[in-house]
Amino acid sequence: MHRYILRRLLLLIPVMLGVSFVVFTIMFFTPGDPAAMMLGERAPAEEVAALRTQMGLDDPFPVQFGRFVFNAARGDLGRSLVSRRPVFQELYSRFPATLQLAASAVLIAVLMGIPIGILSATRQYSAFDAMSMGIALVGVSMPNFWQGMMMILIFSVTFGLFPSSGYGTIWHLIMPAVTIGTSSAAIITRMTRSSMLEVVRQDYIRTARAKGLSEKVVINRHGLKNALIPIVTVIGLQFGWLLGGAVLTETVFAWPGVGRLMVDAIRQRDFPVVQGGVLLLALTFSVVNLAVDILYAYIDPRIKAQYK
Amino acid sequence: MRTETDDIPQSGDEHPGDLPANHYTVEPQARLSDVDTGKRRSQWAEVWRRLTRNRTAMFGLVIVLLIIFTAIFADVIAPHSFRAQNLDRIAEPPSREFLLGTDDLGRDILSRIIFGARVSLQVGFIAVSISIMIGGTLGAIAGFYGGRLDNVVMRVMDVLLAIPSILLAIAIVSAFGGGIVNVMVAVGISYIPLYARIVKASVISVKEQEFIEAARAVGANDFRIIVKHILPNSLAPIIVQGTLGVATAILSAAGLSFIGLGIQPPTPEWGAMLSSGRHLLRTAWHVATFPGIAIMITIFALNLLGDGLRDALDPRLKQ
Repeated sequence: MHRYILRRLLLLIPVMLGVSFVVFTIMFFTPGDPAAMMLGERAPAEEVAALRTQMGLDDPFPVQFGRFVFNAARGDLGRSLVSRRPVFQELYSRFPATLQLAASAVLIAVLMGIPIGILSATRQYSAFDAMSMGIALVGVSMPNFWQGMMMILIFSVTFGLFPSSGYGTIWHLIMPAVTIGTSSAAIITRMTRSSMLEVVRQDYIRTARAKGLSEKVVINRHGLKNALIPIVTVIGLQFGWLLGGAVLTETVFAWPGVGRLMVDAIRQRDFPVVQGGVLLLALTFSVVNLAVDILYAYIDPRIKAQYK
Repeated sequence: MRTETDDIPQSGDEHPGDLPANHYTVEPQARLSDVDTGKRRSQWAEVWRRLTRNRTAMFGLVIVLLIIFTAIFADVIAPHSFRAQNLDRIAEPPSREFLLGTDDLGRDILSRIIFGARVSLQVGFIAVSISIMIGGTLGAIAGFYGGRLDNVVMRVMDVLLAIPSILLAIAIVSAFGGGIVNVMVAVGISYIPLYARIVKASVISVKEQEFIEAARAVGANDFRIIVKHILPNSLAPIIVQGTLGVATAILSAAGLSFIGLGIQPPTPEWGAMLSSGRHLLRTAWHVATFPGIAIMITIFALNLLGDGLRDALDPRLKQ
C-alpha cells in the first residue's frame, strides 16, 4: 500500500511537468510583451530591450521553459507584472479562501447528495424519487455563476439575509458554498441513486434481507458500502470541477480566492499569475484525485488486495 | 455513419438484443421504414422506439428542437432587433412592448435571447464536434493500436485531464483572445481528453469481435476497419456523451463570456448578457434573470435528451 502511494506520488511529477509545459506553451505564444507591460506604454525601446534580456525573454523556448520548471520546483513562479509581488506569495495568500470554499461546497454536496440519492433509490419511482431527480436535473442545468446571482437577488437584495459579497464570517461563506455545492450535490445525488439501484439488486442484499436484518442495516451496511466506489469517484472529480467553477463563483461573490485573483490577472494580462494559478489548481486537483484513489483501498478490500 | 448495410456479417445479428449498444452499421432512416412495413427492426429503429417511449426524453427532444427552430428563424421570430439601442429606455422591466424588459443599453432582452440561441447552439455543437473529432481520432488510434502509441496518447490526455477543463479553456482564451471562434476552439480542446477516453474504451470493446476479424480476413486495411467497422459500432457512448457535452460546452462558453473572456458584445451571447446584468442586479433584476433561465432550459432539455439516449442505446442500464 505504501509503495503504491509512493508510486502514485512519483507519477505526479511527470503529470505536473506536462501541465507546466501546456500552460507555459500557451502563455509563451501569447501576443504581448511582458517587459513592455511592466514598464508601461511610454517606456523607451532600449529600456524594454534591456528588461527583456534581464528577464530572459530573449532566450529560446526550451531554455525559458527549463528555467520556469526549475524555478517552479523551488516555489518561484515569477513575479506579478502588476503588483510586482512574487506570484507564489499572491497565490499563497489567496489559496486558503479557495480551499475553504471548495471544502465547504463538497461538504454541502455530500451531505445533500448521498442521503437524497439513497432515499431516491430505496423509493424508486415514488413521488419523492421523481421530485428529487427533477430537482437534481435542474441543479445540474443551472450555470453556477447565475445561480449565485439569483441567490444574491433573493437572499441579499430582497430578504437581506446574507451579505452579497465579502469574506471573513460564516455568513459570507454560506451563499458561495451553497452555490457551488448544489450542482455537485445534484450530480452526487444522481450517482448515488444509480449506484445504489445497481447494488440493491445484488444477491447479497437479498441474502441480508432474508436473514432478517433490518432495512436500515441492509441499506447502510450492505448497500451503501458497496455502492460507494463510483460515488467517491464522482466526489473526487467534483472537487476538480469545483476548483474550476470557483473561478466564476468567486467573481460573483467577490470572494478573495485564487479564482478571483486569476480573473483579475486575466483582465490585466498578468500572465505569470494566470500561469501560477492554473498550475496550483491543477496540482490541487491531482492531489485530490490521488487521495480518492487511496481512499478506494479503505472502502474496498478487493482494491487494497491488488496493491499488495 | 454508414448509408448501406454492411456486407460483413455482424456478430450481433444472430443475437438480437444481446449487445445492442455495440451494433450500428446502418443509417437510422434507412431502417426506420422497415418498422412501418412491419419488417425486422434494425438496432437504430429499436433505439428510436425506446426513445419515443421515454416521455421525459421526448420532452427534452421537443424543447431542443424548439430551441434549434428558434435559432434558425431568429430573424423572423424576434420582435425587435438584437442590437438596436434605445438609451431612453434603459433597463426597463418587462412590459407589453418588451416582454422580458430591456438591458443596460435599452435593447430588447427577448430578442437578444432569441438570437443568443443561435450563438450558444453554434458554440455548443461546434465545440463538441472539435472535441469528438480530435479526441475521437486519438482515442480510436490509442485503442486500436495499443502498445506504445496508446501509452503516449493517453499520458498526454492524463496531463490535460489534470487541468480542470474550464481552467484550460480560460487559459487558452486569455492567451489568444475572446471571440466566437476562439471560444469554440478553447472549449473544444478542453474536452478532448474526455472523448479520447470514451472512444478508446469503446474501440477496445469492439475490436476483438469476430466481424473485425472477418473484415481483416477479406483484406480491409486499418483505416477502413477503424472508420467503417469500429467507429460505427462504438457510436453509442459518443452520442450520449456528445449530447450531454453540448450542454457542458454551452455552460463553459457562457462562463467564459461571463468573466469577459468569451464572446464579445454586441453579439448576443447568454453568458455575456448575464455578465452585463450583474451590475444591475439591485435595480433591474430581469436583465440577469432571463438569459440565465434560457441557459437553464437549454441545458435541462439537453440533459433530459442525453439521459434518454443513454437508456435507449443501452437498455441494460435502464433501471
